[in-house]
Amino acid sequence: MLPELGHFALVLALLLAGLQAFFGILGPALGRDRWVAAATSAVAGQFVMVATAVGILVYAFVTYDFSVLYVAENSNSALPLMYRIAALWGAHEGSLLLWIFLLAVWTLAVAIASRNLPERFAARVLGVLGVLSFGFLLFTLATSDPFRRLIPAAADGHDLNPLLQDPGLAVHPPILYTGYVGLAVAFAFACAAMLEGRMDPDWARWTRPWTTAAWAFLTCGITLGSWWSYYTLGWGGYWFWDPVENASFMPWLVATALIHSLAVTEKRGLFKSWTLLLAILAFSLSLLGTFLVRSGVLVSVHSFAADPSRGRFILIFLGLVIGGALALYAWRAPLLKSNAGFELLSRESFLLFNNILLVVAAASVLGGTLAPLIADTFGQPSLSVGPPYFRPTFLLAVVPLLLLLSIGIHANWKRGRLEAAARPLLVTWVIAVALGAAVVFGFYAGRHVLAITGIGIGSWIILSSLLDPLDRLRRHLSLSRAVLGMTLAHIGMGVAVIALTGVESYTSERDLALSSGASAEVGGYDFKLMGTQPVEGPNYSAIRATVIVSRDGRPITTLYPENRTFWVQQQTRKVAGIYNRYGTDLFIALGDDLGAGRWSFRAQIRPMITLLWLGPLFMALGGALALSDRRYRQERAATRAAVKSALGAAR
Amino acid sequence: MNPRFLVPLGVFAALVVVLAVGINHSKEVGVLQSPLVGHQIPDWELPVLTDPGRMLGSRELKGQWYVLNYWGTWCYACRAEHPALLQAQRDARVQIIGVDWKADNPTEDSDALEWLSKLGNPYNQVVSDRDGRTAIDLGVAAAPESFLVNPDGVIVYKQPMGITPEVWKREFLSRLPPQPGVPAAKPGAS
Repeated sequence: MLPELGHFALVLALLLAGLQAFFGILGPALGRDRWVAAATSAVAGQFVMVATAVGILVYAFVTYDFSVLYVAENSNSALPLMYRIAALWGAHEGSLLLWIFLLAVWTLAVAIASRNLPERFAARVLGVLGVLSFGFLLFTLATSDPFRRLIPAAADGHDLNPLLQDPGLAVHPPILYTGYVGLAVAFAFACAAMLEGRMDPDWARWTRPWTTAAWAFLTCGITLGSWWSYYTLGWGGYWFWDPVENASFMPWLVATALIHSLAVTEKRGLFKSWTLLLAILAFSLSLLGTFLVRSGVLVSVHSFAADPSRGRFILIFLGLVIGGALALYAWRAPLLKSNAGFELLSRESFLLFNNILLVVAAASVLGGTLAPLIADTFGQPSLSVGPPYFRPTFLLAVVPLLLLLSIGIHANWKRGRLEAAARPLLVTWVIAVALGAAVVFGFYAGRHVLAITGIGIGSWIILSSLLDPLDRLRRHLSLSRAVLGMTLAHIGMGVAVIALTGVESYTSERDLALSSGASAEVGGYDFKLMGTQPVEGPNYSAIRATVIVSRDGRPITTLYPENRTFWVQQQTRKVAGIYNRYGTDLFIALGDDLGAGRWSFRAQIRPMITLLWLGPLFMALGGALALSDRRYRQERAATRAAVKSALGAAR
Repeated sequence: MNPRFLVPLGVFAALVVVLAVGINHSKEVGVLQSPLVGHQIPDWELPVLTDPGRMLGSRELKGQWYVLNYWGTWCYACRAEHPALLQAQRDARVQIIGVDWKADNPTEDSDALEWLSKLGNPYNQVVSDRDGRTAIDLGVAAAPESFLVNPDGVIVYKQPMGITPEVWKREFLSRLPPQPGVPAAKPGAS
């Protein structure tokens, strides 16, 4: 009974999303104020319906309702509670429902926070979001109903994909999706501005906090995904340039560009049409990512089961939504005129370079991701594009970006005077290069030009980001959270650059074959196999190796890498043994039984890897800090007051 | 209208064309394509379910088209697949070899025999994979899974999920030679 109600709730949500789109877009266009008001009510109703559906599916998982096909396919009576809940997004249908739920949450947040925006503009935003909800709900109901029954019910479930039974996965998709879906808000604001023909800097100011929030979630989500693949996919890689990873990375690159160009549009009223285009592109790439992951046109380790009919639906939806937005852009953008100019070394110029380079980086990733498809279109199958393409092309765009970053943050708006900043910049540059050289020659034996460059660039970004805030502190001037947030995010970027350089240049890796009592040396550490033994988990059996790691004869830690074989699907998953020592990971993964008591292992020493996770965390925290800046708080306080008085009136 | 602002729309239209072509080709480059497709099937030899003393294997079947279908009595999706297999057997275009994948109790045959007598037997021959070793060789991750093997012993197609009448027609029958390569044996004979 309940699953049918869940299905029915989705049907109602579809109708409400349709109404939301209809009233939200046509109400302001036809000047009907009651229609405008109806859009907000539809948002609340749609949220309740979608939340009900999600609640019912979670309940079906928690109570082992194997008469629901999706539950039977992705759960099992031995599956621990945490993973029964996370199984909600363990496969296509449920993760789509999660997508819709998060869109409903964002839409509700926009509806609540936009009470002090012009009513018609807010309605248009909700209307555009309604179109997106409608499309995804229709997609779910037509091709991917999560409440489909299995009759007769299965005695037991097929279990959640073992790769996904991990705490990292329990949180990774919701956070990543929150970021993906959040870009829909920036998209909706852009479309609403174009529909209204009112593309002034106000639009940029209203969109900024939403975009920053979505970007921060996306940053966290991508990092978590990378961390997850680092310790569960088994062989210690953290980024594979896999289509699904690229699908999340491209929107991030464009969203990063968008954050910067929104600043220019808000502060100086420039780049207006470009900012609109970026807002459309960022969300388009997130939709495109959804399409690539779900349609099966590209092969990936992360893909959900492919289904061309689903792909066709998404492609049509993609064409309508993005095509519509770009047509709107082609119609409206020519009306925009900027009359302000700026000099070559002004902040505007640097932000323009930032935007161009980020978009070039995103385009090069897109090109590489789609290359197999493009080759296929021209009748040349079996083309594979991997790290040898991605690394150099990506670096080509990113190295200048990082170099300009340190200078750009010291440039003034409008005027191209860098003289005042020249001296401190030069000093920090010298310190950064010295630091890079010291790290490379002092700590690590390898003498690597690229390593000095990378660590130098990263240090320079950190040092030059600190110049301005420190100067203000010394002069007892106040520091806004927006500036602090920006500084923290840039420092995070610098930290990530240093970490990437360190990890890429100084990882030692060896494949070992060890028998009990034997040891081998990797990167200055001794790995000694003490033995292997079988162990039992709640729903898996495992072989666990005991490995003692020591350096110069002194034991440092004992690691227990495991190969888990899950009972139901008979799939194995590796859980690496990892010990973190001063930011360096000592990593060992268990391989195969080589017979005669010998096992294969892969051991790695990855220096600075902790910084690789910390850098993006700083960036996301910087975003959160900027969001909490006073001017947004004031707007929110006004909203709270409005809500309170409305509630009071209702009582 | 300034044509400059139409550029994004144009680029996007080209992208849609590429993606549309990609979708229509995705049947061939499908995500779950096994690396074994296009290669010799790994040598297998398994005891016949009804006559455990007799062995059947890839060598014996060389020179004939056959479908190798992994199933198990513990597998609910196999139950859903079953009617489609019975239908396929009635078409008698190719022989279907069932592999009883014994996950829970490797020495017990009665449940499998009961399943076949209750639901009908769509297989020309049924063999038992008791220790799951052949399943590993073939890269079978989850039942049901089916392989279409040609007379040279090459895997022509792998169906990673249950066979439906549409899948049978689209993926299996379309790959068979117009005339049945081998006259199929009587249904149910094993």
